[in-house]
Amino acid sequence: MILEQLAREPVEQNAAAGRQLIVSLEGVSKAYGGAVALARLDLTIYAGEFFTLLGPSGSGKTTTLRLIAGFERPDTGRIMLDGEDVAALPPFARAVNTVFQDYALFPHLTLVENVAYGLRARKVPKNEAHEQAQAALEKVRLGDFGARKPAQLSGGQRQRVALARAMVNQPRVLLLDEPLGALDLKLRHQMQTELKRLQHESGITFIYVTHDQDEALAMSDRIAVFSQGRIEQVGTPFDLYERPNSAFVADFVGSSNLIGPGHGILLRPEKILLLPPQAAPPEGYEAQPAQVREATYLGAVTRYQVVLADGGVLAVMEANTTPLGDRLRLTPGDKVLAAWPRSAATRLAPINNKGEVR
Amino acid sequence: MHSRGEWLIWAAVAAILAFLFIPVVIIVVYAFSAAPIPAWPLTGFALHWFADTWNDDEVREALILSLKVAALATCMAVVLGTLAAMAVARMRSVGKEVVSFVVVLPIALPGILTGMALASYFAFWGLNLSYWTIVAGHATFCVVIVYNNVIARLRRLPRSLAEASADLGADAFLTFRRVMLPMMASAIGAGALLAFALSFDEVIVTTFTAGAQNTLPLWIFGAIRLGQKLPEVNVVVFAIILFTAVPVLLAQRLIGDSGRVAR
Repeated sequence: MILEQLAREPVEQNAAAGRQLIVSLEGVSKAYGGAVALARLDLTIYAGEFFTLLGPSGSGKTTTLRLIAGFERPDTGRIMLDGEDVAALPPFARAVNTVFQDYALFPHLTLVENVAYGLRARKVPKNEAHEQAQAALEKVRLGDFGARKPAQLSGGQRQRVALARAMVNQPRVLLLDEPLGALDLKLRHQMQTELKRLQHESGITFIYVTHDQDEALAMSDRIAVFSQGRIEQVGTPFDLYERPNSAFVADFVGSSNLIGPGHGILLRPEKILLLPPQAAPPEGYEAQPAQVREATYLGAVTRYQVVLADGGVLAVMEANTTPLGDRLRLTPGDKVLAAWPRSAATRLAPINNKGEVR
Repeated sequence: MHSRGEWLIWAAVAAILAFLFIPVVIIVVYAFSAAPIPAWPLTGFALHWFADTWNDDEVREALILSLKVAALATCMAVVLGTLAAMAVARMRSVGKEVVSFVVVLPIALPGILTGMALASYFAFWGLNLSYWTIVAGHATFCVVIVYNNVIARLRRLPRSLAEASADLGADAFLTFRRVMLPMMASAIGAGALLAFALSFDEVIVTTFTAGAQNTLPLWIFGAIRLGQKLPEVNVVVFAIILFTAVPVLLAQRLIGDSGRVAR
């Protein structure tokens, strides 16, 4: 029953083809009084990318962002921005801008003054700075709000001001630190679309920090998955989901069944079919008899837990594509045949103790 | 109809207010009394003590010295207290608590200790007691007042504001001028008012650092001890009450108004 799909392309090389390097971290370490935040990190980001740093809290993703912004200095390593080592430069000497998690709008300044702040700091004349700020506010649909103070805005509006304030400076790289974290779900989805639009229109490289895997998959060109101060894997959303190289990535990006000897094989819940117990599995499918233990109706999908003959438990996700009538198709206790395409079972890459793929 | 409990509360409030303000009222009444020595029953109404006090060079010099001392001590406190608060707010290590404690210590020390220490320190260096030594003495506690106000504000200020300013291309000086200073302004102002008031009525430290000069509190203290010019003391106290009450009332009025607008 061991199914293998070992053909793996070197992901980095693929994404790099013909792209211009804009940010690279080389052997960057950072510790806070003995607690290691980042351990010899290497990372390359290309011009125009929407690049996401994904990981649980304390994994080092925010530290990485703050190192690129210049709020922290690395203990070792180089931080290359546009071919120049900026590791020793203060934030105000770097051609990057940040959208803060708490927005960090200046409460004593109007929106126009907030957005014009960066231009004024770079000695753009006041009239011109305010004109550009007004235009930037219009781009985020807040053109009529220029004379207001941040306290008079809703969370979503503040978020857009923070974006305008950062983007009006036309930075080489825009750093976003969980910018949608404080918004409710619906607004967050709207803003995801808006962010993608702004990135597309401006052509600015976005480096985006989040702990939300759905957000990361929805928005990113490439994602770096962080865990305990290291990068577990870098790749496109497709790579990370379909070909994770560790159990951590498999589990953090989506949900997973780990099967086979040593639990080294990944099987995504939605790849599994639940067939009548006597059915013949389709061509190219692996199949095992199972019994439904739990069925949870979630609207678009139904989530099942099924127990295999050997006692193993599989999570199964089934799309509700056909009308169900007035009951679930399957209920706990039903006997089924769990079947999945052989090609859908993916072997996790062996990992050496440095967290690098061999 | 008020319940008995409410009557009791109002009675308690009245008693407390009486306890606090009857002595003040008596002083004010004495200021208009014709008798040269305050005594009951009052013998008549007079305004000439005001003119006498105004024309008394001793009082005038003491007042001017007090204002000059309070002004300079407050200025020093604003600069040093704000800088100290900003420095401590930036510190991250264990040293932060130590430095903060040392900065705040002068206000916890008894005034008599500070006064004696300063007096022997000035003597050690052969410095004559003067305007400057009074200012130095007052600055020791005025700095703490401003420091405490500003550090409380900085603790509540998100660190991301200064970071955002730097991120947008502002160097440390511009960040200070355009973000930190406006954010701290009202805390500095409140600290400065308090420091000024503390300096203006300080007696103990001043006694040790003033030499032959009199600040207004020292003059009052001396006059009462010697039992001289008591009507003038009453007038001065009355003037000080007015002088301090007006800004307090104004400030409350302003706060009340802005509160209404914000709603």
